[in-house]
This record gives sequence, C-alpha cells and structure tokens, in this order.
Amino acid sequence: MKVGVITFPGTLDDRDALRAASVAGTTAISLWHDDADLKGVDAVILPGGFSYGDYLRCGAISRFAPVMKKVIDAANGGMPLLGICNGFQVLCEAHLLPGALTRNKDLHFLCRDQKLVIENNSTAWTSDYTQGQEIVIPLKNGEGSFQCDDQTLAKLEGEGRIVARYVGENPNGSRNLIAGITNERGNIVGLMPHPEHAIETLTGPSTDGLGFFTSVLKAMVK
Amino acid sequence: MALDTVAIATANPDTTQPFAELGLKGDEYARIKEILGRRPTSSELAMYSVMWSEHCSYKSSKVHLKQFGDKAVKSDALLVGIGENAGVVDVGQGYAVTFKVESHNHPSFIEPYQGAATGVGGIVRDILTMGARPIAVMDPLRFGPADAADTRRVLPGVIAGVGGYGNCLGLPNIGGEVVFDETYLGNPLVNALCVGVMKHSDIKLAKAAGAGNLVVLYGAKTGGDGIGGVSVLASETFVATGPAKRPAVQVGDPFVEKVLIECSLEIFAEDLVVGIQDLGGAGLSCATSELASGGSGGMKVELDRVPLRDATLSPEEILMSESQERMCAIVEPSKIDRFLEICKKWDVTVTVIGEVTDGDRLEITWHGELIVDVPPRTVAHEGPVYSRPFAEPAYIARVNAEVINPVIPQTAQEIKDAILMMAATPNLADKSWVTNQYDRYVQGNTVQSQPDDSGMVRIDEKSHLGVAVATDANANWSYLNPYEGAKLALAEAARNIATAGAIPLAVTNCLNFGSPEDLGVMWQFAETVRGLADGCLEMGLPVTGGNVSFYNQTGDVAILPTPVIGVLGVIDDVRTRTPMSFDRAGLELYLIGASDENLSGSEWAYLQGLRGGQAPTADLQREMRLIELLVKGRTDQIFTAAHDLSQGGLTATLTEMVLRHNIGAAITLENTGMNLLVETPGRVLVAIEPAKAAALKAAAGDIPLTYLGTTGGDALIVNDVEIPLSQLRTAHTSTFQKLFG
Repeated sequence: MKVGVITFPGTLDDRDALRAASVAGTTAISLWHDDADLKGVDAVILPGGFSYGDYLRCGAISRFAPVMKKVIDAANGGMPLLGICNGFQVLCEAHLLPGALTRNKDLHFLCRDQKLVIENNSTAWTSDYTQGQEIVIPLKNGEGSFQCDDQTLAKLEGEGRIVARYVGENPNGSRNLIAGITNERGNIVGLMPHPEHAIETLTGPSTDGLGFFTSVLKAMVK
Repeated sequence: MALDTVAIATANPDTTQPFAELGLKGDEYARIKEILGRRPTSSELAMYSVMWSEHCSYKSSKVHLKQFGDKAVKSDALLVGIGENAGVVDVGQGYAVTFKVESHNHPSFIEPYQGAATGVGGIVRDILTMGARPIAVMDPLRFGPADAADTRRVLPGVIAGVGGYGNCLGLPNIGGEVVFDETYLGNPLVNALCVGVMKHSDIKLAKAAGAGNLVVLYGAKTGGDGIGGVSVLASETFVATGPAKRPAVQVGDPFVEKVLIECSLEIFAEDLVVGIQDLGGAGLSCATSELASGGSGGMKVELDRVPLRDATLSPEEILMSESQERMCAIVEPSKIDRFLEICKKWDVTVTVIGEVTDGDRLEITWHGELIVDVPPRTVAHEGPVYSRPFAEPAYIARVNAEVINPVIPQTAQEIKDAILMMAATPNLADKSWVTNQYDRYVQGNTVQSQPDDSGMVRIDEKSHLGVAVATDANANWSYLNPYEGAKLALAEAARNIATAGAIPLAVTNCLNFGSPEDLGVMWQFAETVRGLADGCLEMGLPVTGGNVSFYNQTGDVAILPTPVIGVLGVIDDVRTRTPMSFDRAGLELYLIGASDENLSGSEWAYLQGLRGGQAPTADLQREMRLIELLVKGRTDQIFTAAHDLSQGGLTATLTEMVLRHNIGAAITLENTGMNLLVETPGRVLVAIEPAKAAALKAAAGDIPLTYLGTTGGDALIVNDVEIPLSQLRTAHTSTFQKLFG
C-alpha cells in the first residue's frame, strides 16, 4: 500500500509525514508538485509548511500546482486524501473541503500540545480511533482559525463531518472548536493539528497521531 | 553620478572621497591608497569600507580573539576551526556537526521583526554554507525592563520575527534565553544560533580555486535594502538625536531562503561546487573578496550581470547591498549545466557573474569598464588591526568592595512569598508565551527544547545518535568580574549539556559589549576573552567560532558585558538521556554540589536593587568532575531526572521541576531562605529511585551530596511552607501573558 506525500516549494513537514506513513506500515513515496504523476499511490498526504511562502493566501497558489489536478481527480474518485495544516488550507482553496482557515484570534503563531476529541471515526483516516476518543498532538500554525458561513456550519454539524474538535479553551478562534473536517464521502480529511509529529514519545507529546496513518492503511486494504 | 573607473581614479588622484561618511578613519583611507598605489574608485571605497568595518573585520577584537587559537587544546574532534563560516566538529559515526551563534542586535532595535528575522536567516546561511543541513535554531535574547514601554515595542516584534522566519524555514527552535535588564533598554540583544549536520565528506569551504571555474550567484535578486547595514549599524553607537536608520535594515523572505536551502543541499549532494560563500554582512563585497582570498586570489566579475530588484542601483550600491537569501558558488564549467538545472527545478534565480583567474587580483567590471582592481586579501583578511587601549574601569573596585546584605526571608510567610515572587519575576517566569510562537516539532527529531536545560536533537534515526546545545551568559557576574564571568558562563553551558547526560564537545560564543573606544568596555572585553580562552583550555574544549558585537551602547551607557557562550555536546543514544524533571512520586531528591552564602549578582539581589559584591570564582576542575558524574549518572541509569541550578537558585529549579509534570515535592532545608536563593555555581538537583542511593553516593565520590526530600503530592513543600502547585503555576505562567498578552 503506497502513500504519497507531496512536496511544494516551502513545504516543511513532508519528511515527517513520510516517516509517519512508514512507521504505520505503508510504503511512503515522495511526490513533487511540478510533476503531474501520482506514481501509482493509493492515498495522498498534503503536508504542513508554508507552500509558496503563503503568498496571496495560504494554499492559494499550491492548489494550482500541476500535481494537484491529478490529486483532485483521484480524490473525487474516492482516493483517501489528508491535508495537514497547510495541506488543509490547500484543500479549502481547492474547494475539496468547505470553509477557510484564517489568522489565529490572538494574531500569534501558536505551537503547543493540543487535546482533541475525535468526533467522526468513519473516515478513511480515523477508523483506528473510537468516537469520542481524546488525543494529544501538536498544534502549530499562524492561520488555523476555521471559518465558514452559518449554513455550511449547520451542514457540517448535521452530517457529522466534524472529524476532530479542540478540547478546552479555543486555541485559535475556530468556529465550533473545529480542528478537522471531512467531505461527504469521508475520503478527504483536512486537519489543522499535526498527527505526524505524534508518532513516538521520544520526539512528540504522545503516539496518538499514528492512528491517522494506520487508519488509511486499513482503508486501502479493504 | 558618473561612473568612477580605475582609469579615472588613476588620472584624477586628488578627487575628494566621502571615506569618513562610509565609516573609514583617515589613516585607514591612507592605507587603502598605499595598497592600491592610487586613490580607490568609489566602488573600491565601498568595498573596503564595509569589509573594514568593525563587524566584518574584527579590527578591535582580533588581537584578543587569537587566544582562542593560541591557548586551544589539540582536539581530534575539530574538523574545521575558526576562520571559516562556522566550525565543524566530529560527533562520530561519520557525522559532522557545525554550529555558530551570531548577533543581530542593532537592526533588531530599529526594526524588531525584520532585524530578528534576518538574524535567523543569516546564521542559517552560514551553517548551510559549510555543506550542512540546518537542523535547529536557538535564540538568546535580552531586553530592557519587562514593563518598559519600549520593551513592549521591541520584544513582541523580535519574538514574531524569530518565529516568522525560523518557522517558515522548517527549523525547530530548541531553546535560548529571555533576560531583562535596564542596560538593554536602548540596546536589546538578539543572538541567533544554528546547528547543522552533514557527513564528513560533505564539508564545503569558502574558496575560489581553479582558473576558469565559474563564479555563480544564486538566490534572491539584489535590491537596495540593507545597504551598508553592518558597517552603518553594528559599528556605531546609537545617538538619540541621530537620523532614523531604518533604510539600513535588511528585509527577509524566509520562503526564498527555504527554497535556497533545499536547492543548495541538492547541489551539494551532487558535488557540484568547488567553493561556496553566503552573502550576509557586506554582501557581494564580502563574498567575492573572501572566495578569491580563500583560493589562489584571482577572480573576474561582471557586476552588470547581477540580477537586480531595482534597476537604478549603482555599482557601489550593488557591492554593498545586504539583500538576503543570496549565495555565491564556484562551479567547474563541466558541472554548470546540472547546477543551472537544479536551480530551475527550485525556481531559484541563478547567474554566472564571473570566473576564477590565475592572477592574484579581484577585478570587477561594469559594462566593460574596470571599476575594481584590488588584491582580495587586503579587502577580506588584511584589514586594519587595532590594539585598542584598555583599563580596568573605576566601578570595578567600587562594586567589588561592596558587601551586599539583601533581606533574607525568615518566617514561613516570607519564604512562601519569596518562592512565589521568584517564580513570577520576568527573568525566571515561564517563557511559554515566547516559545509557543516557535515551532519545536518540525523535522521530527526534537528530543529536548525549552524549558529543558539544553536543546537536544536526534541526528540518526537508526543509531539514535544526537547532539545537545545550550547557551548561557550571566551578565551580572560578568559585570562584577568579566574574567570569572566568562568562565562561569562556559561552565554553566557545559553543565546544561551534561545534566541530560551528553558530553560537552565544542564551544561557540557571541560576545556582546559596549563601545570598544571606551577604555573600560575594552577591558571588560579583554578580560572576557582571556577568561573564556583559559576556561576552554582547562576544560579541554575547542572554540569553533563566534561573533563579536560592539557598540551596544546608548550615549555613555553600555550594556552589561554579555558573553553568550554556546556549548555543543554529543550523546550516543538520545533515548537514554536524563530528563529535566520527574513524572512520578516516591523519588528521592539530592542536591549535588556545595552551596555558599554569596548572593552577589543573584536574581534575589537584583530584585532588591543590589548589583555590587564579588562574583564567584569558577572552579572548573570541580565542574569537570560534576560533568563526569552527570554523564555516568546517565550511562549507569542512576538518575530519573536532573536539573541545573543557576539564575534563581534552588527555588527556581524546584519550581520548574514540580510544574513540568505536575508532581509535587517535599523537602527540608536548613538556613532556608539563603539556601533557596543563593546561586553558587556547580550544582545540580537530581531525582533518583531510593534503591539508587548507594550508587549515587559511590559515583559522587568527594562531590558533596545533600539529601533534600522526596517527590509526590500536589504541592511544593519546603519545611513548614506548603504551596499548592496550582498557585505556583499561576504565579509562574501568568507574568508574560500579563505583560505582553
């Protein structure tokens, strides 16, 4: 089972995502933004970073990268696709997920260990968690405040498409404490915090993040 | 202005030139004329003026800094020493590590965000230039009083700048310092450290060898920002009434640098460069003259080929521009096509601007006209050297004679108040408000970061080999005695490496001082360098490089002498490190090392406005035995946790340990107030399983050991004083939020 991780210019967490996918038991493959070739991967991760320097808006330029056409087509066909942090921003810009990520409410970049609750464990990326399970993984971003209109919010809530919510104080001003959402089909997930930084206790706050990567392995085997 | 060429300069020897405005003294200008046998062209004058500035030439510090070489022990670990962009140390398993700390003080005062951001950018390029992948950054910072209005302008900007640039490069920030003192009010210190790792075979040097090889400029286009930044800013004392200096501050773009890093590493991996130099202070003047000087000496550059952001820039401005995110490489003609291909892949602007010649002159042309014709060594390495006069300042005898008597807390209530006050005072309070703006997780190898004693990163995922880095300075002690202060800072940084069980290996430094034209400041500097060189010799640690920042002075008020000492250590298996705190009850707490009653230079004395007294005398033999014990404690798995005692003494150490995992402690202490507050060097608090007590005693030998108490509960208990952890946490964590929130 092959998981591709895309590197855009300015991507930072690509090697971490590759490591996490390997540790979970998948074959992790590096993909290049300018190369319209998915190299036969079964799932794709858009990792964190500041692709194209966040010029214009976070993710606004990356979404037009040559590789993204293939990614969008494959995801619309059901391929599991996870956008972490900047990747989540790219997914919103590409209209694969609704809403937008805006500047944190206190205007600072924020890096901390964040408690989340998994609200939807039926997506391709969260089946290894139990519903209501609390996990702690790093949150680190400057523009992580999830915003959308009331109608979209009601739809997301009504259809159970909130994948994870922040527990406790709202770290960035996201509506309804939203940390991650999914599409109707459940194959595309956007998540602001970083599961790839929580796969070993030596370097992360926990191993709670590994579930995202083992989940997709199971989804692909099915 | 008409183009000033070599021909014109030769024909018009008497043209008046603005050498003084460019920061050159009369005798320096005369020497340039002597070297060239004519007056310099305006472009040559621009080059000499930036390269002979204090910042680039170390003209006031060189005579002292040579002690680092003269007194150095022979170290097999040192692969590249002082003089290159950064020193390189062998850490085993074929890996080499390079690290260096630099200042960006003056720009950060004028424009805090960009000043701090480009400080990070500059040191990262120095590390990259050695052939290494940058793997972590640290930032020792110093500001005026925490509640001063200007600190509220400078500090948030500096923190956002450090984070904004470092985060965008994907470099974990693994530690640093935030210290407040009124002498830094007009002169904040922004020091930036970077660590990089490579294989031995990948080391790159700044030299242009091989006639016919190409000089290649790649990275950002050259603009008008930061023209003469280093010479104008870093070599001058601020004058309150002077004109605004903002145009001399560089503006950074971390995205361009991130791409430049990845592009360069790909170029290095394919072995496509003969030599390489980054463009930092003094820009192209520095890069071309240093590369030529490091090689055989001959180089021809067509300056009009340099890609510009602003087409109106004059050749002098192009030579002086400090536009960020640029590199200069020497490439064999057979490899240039591949080099250009990799730059194209990363969308990096690249231009061949010249070639290495078999001559010994650096010749620069502008649309075919010769505008620079100099022996490059005279620009890069043979600048003026001053033996500036120095003398012990009058304050030394006065403050050393003072016997300070700070009020010591006696009653239970006074002791409780003192513990809470120390937990909350800005110099000792929790720094999460700062460090939460830095990414510590990226790259996935961070094992330790703030508030640990040192930052630690894994460099090999299979063998678990890692490195630890700590930076320390105790300016209060350096003020009282700069010689001892330097040694004490060295000892503290080395101890901070060893508490985790890593072995100290090499030293870097950033020496921040007032004006070298002040006799007393120059004495502080001379004593500091002498102390650090003696200390490194005694501890067997090589100095691999460093940086001097003078003119941190507003009017007559100089900053406290602030030598920031960085120590790099190696640990063979990061999984076995000793953590800085305990995560369970039932452990025994022991204080390792002897305490005295000298509160001079301590935080407690500072809080009472007492700055006099005598600094402790560094006992490096004892420090080295302590380091041995700390490393043995790790390898023999004696310690469950170990944490250094430094600023704030035992009370600060206890506060940090109990709050880390929210596990309390109960200790008994004689002479309670004094023993909580004194900052005697050479001490560490350890937590051990009771069964390890005998092993600890055996390992400690003649090092004093004091049993203090046990871990557990939800309070910090000292004799009959009980402070709930929630109360202690509130005191410790709310200070920065309140001040800067």
